[in-house]
Amino acid sequence: VTDRRRALLLPLLAILSGFALGAVVLLATGKSPAAMLEAMVKGVTGLDLQDRTFNPRHVGEFVAQTMPIVLTGLSVGFAFRTGLFNIGAEGQLLAGSLAATGVALWVPAPPGLHAPLVVLAAMAAGAAWGAVPGYLKARFNVHEVVVCIMLNYVALYLNNWAVVELFGSVDHVRTATFPAAATLKSAGLSAITHGSRLNWGFVPVLLSLLAYWFLIERTTFGFRLRAVGFNKDGARFAGMKVDRSIVASMAIAGAFAGLAGALVTAGIFNFGRALPAAEGYGFDGIAVALVGGNAALGILLSGLLFGMLKAGQLLMQVQGIPKEIASIIQASILLFVAMKHGIDYLLGRLRRARPGEGEP
Amino acid sequence: MNTLAAMLPIALIYATPIIIAALGGLFSERSGVVNIALEGIMMVGAFVAAAVTVTLEPGPMAGAWGILAGTAAGLAFSALHAFASVHLRADQVVSGTALNILAGGLTIYLCQIFFDQQRTSAFATGIRKLSVPGLAALPGLGPVLFRDVYPTSWAALLLVLLAWFTLARTPFGLRLRACGEHPQAANSMGVDVVRMRYLGVLLSGALAGLAGAAMVLTQDIQYSITSVHGTGFIALACLIFGKWNPFGVLGAGLFFGFSQAASIYAKDIPLLRSVPQDVFFMLPYVLTVAALVVFSGKSVGPRAAGELYDPGKR
Repeated sequence: VTDRRRALLLPLLAILSGFALGAVVLLATGKSPAAMLEAMVKGVTGLDLQDRTFNPRHVGEFVAQTMPIVLTGLSVGFAFRTGLFNIGAEGQLLAGSLAATGVALWVPAPPGLHAPLVVLAAMAAGAAWGAVPGYLKARFNVHEVVVCIMLNYVALYLNNWAVVELFGSVDHVRTATFPAAATLKSAGLSAITHGSRLNWGFVPVLLSLLAYWFLIERTTFGFRLRAVGFNKDGARFAGMKVDRSIVASMAIAGAFAGLAGALVTAGIFNFGRALPAAEGYGFDGIAVALVGGNAALGILLSGLLFGMLKAGQLLMQVQGIPKEIASIIQASILLFVAMKHGIDYLLGRLRRARPGEGEP
Repeated sequence: MNTLAAMLPIALIYATPIIIAALGGLFSERSGVVNIALEGIMMVGAFVAAAVTVTLEPGPMAGAWGILAGTAAGLAFSALHAFASVHLRADQVVSGTALNILAGGLTIYLCQIFFDQQRTSAFATGIRKLSVPGLAALPGLGPVLFRDVYPTSWAALLLVLLAWFTLARTPFGLRLRACGEHPQAANSMGVDVVRMRYLGVLLSGALAGLAGAAMVLTQDIQYSITSVHGTGFIALACLIFGKWNPFGVLGAGLFFGFSQAASIYAKDIPLLRSVPQDVFFMLPYVLTVAALVVFSGKSVGPRAAGELYDPGKR
């Protein structure tokens, strides 16, 4: 088996095993895996297999739900490619969402420019929030995972404080509604999908996918970031500015997550929200990045996969299937992907056990 | 002063699960395995404890069985982390993340199967507060520690001593720490690194399960998705802030518990009245980042924590 085929085989095995495990859990608790599949088909294609109807709203919601996790996937993936573990996409997303709220509510701008300004502010805030663990790692050699986890919670409480105290939320739950020109909402896209929350966010998402691919695979800058992640001392010996690269990697990762914040706050909703707990976009991003092999196309595909699980959730609940089965399947897939060293090793042993095959 | 006296028992209740879970993290990280799944293990422990308690009530020992079941469930759940990250060489942070997602999904899924709602049914008493008549009369901390205190708080204090003794004074502790500092060297002296790391993770699972059980039975009326609300990550912060040392964990845990109690009582304290509640919630995390920067350069944590064990490495 070549490396390329193995790179495809392992995630596919993990996905299949995850769904198989989910089916076992459903069967063991007296629920129907077929009903879950129907809910997911309906969630993605809008086709109801029972009464043979079609509702495009589901398609729109599916795409709208998928976009933020593709972005957090890019965020986590970019860090992985440069040797860093960005478990802080959640916090960077919240920082971006906060900046989006500020610019949408406070900054006067001509209609055509307001929404782009909201998006850029969110990216900048996410980048700044991501740069902090990068800087602390470069300057003080503090592990980015721990700092990211801590900053996720700081961002959560900062967001909740700001929504109430800064943006003067009356009900302590949400801010005032953004002016229409400041949001990514599109009446046309919503209309053709039967009133879904599909929005212009797909444009920055596609641009991000392209930028990710180009930056990582095609530029010397991206090569430098990867080299630093691969071997810090080697890169330093080759004359690369290691500290600056680490900060840049985390800032770029943060910008992707910050953009996701704009998509959630100014795309799916159009107001800032106080949150009782983090919504898990950052953890989704880890699963998306790892299953997607940290490559742009892979991240898009695995984002669609996990988006499908998300999109089917409400419909599952209607069918009497607890919607948490989606989290169980997602966690299992992630766990199986994480075990790839071990599975690789076991596969290798199997192969060696067969005479006449195996490594030369 | 009256406010402070009222705050101390509350602070102790909040500090209890933080300290117990952080001790769990201590055993795991000292053996060389980073355990960010503390949060998820606590959720599993809390769910099982609440479910068992509400099922056995009004039996007199319902809460005790709940605690026991929660601890056992935490131990069993952490075996997944041990198997993935020690046996199958999974990245410890990824495996921990997967367990956290799994715990949130699985517990609420089972709530819907067993209780037909997004949470367990509410239990009547959970566990009862106890007093030790003679000791409660002691001046100073007597009333705080011995009058109307949950036995889980005593367990937390006892576990601090036990953890210190085990790690610092027993051969097992020495071997465990060796696996977290330099597993290859430990291996060369005949220590079974894989076995020690399994034990480290399983101990952390039992303790985090106990922490979750203690938390839900003393601070909540039922298990729901917000019952643990980030306490596992505060425990992780507590472990770092306490410099991976049992007594440090005790101090940090009490301080974080106090900061949570202060968020409730702030409106009664003139100096703190204008401080928003969210600032108190943020405090443990901000302080931990600051502590990491201050500690940097000094080797305080286990050196090999988070690394895959590669017996061939020198």
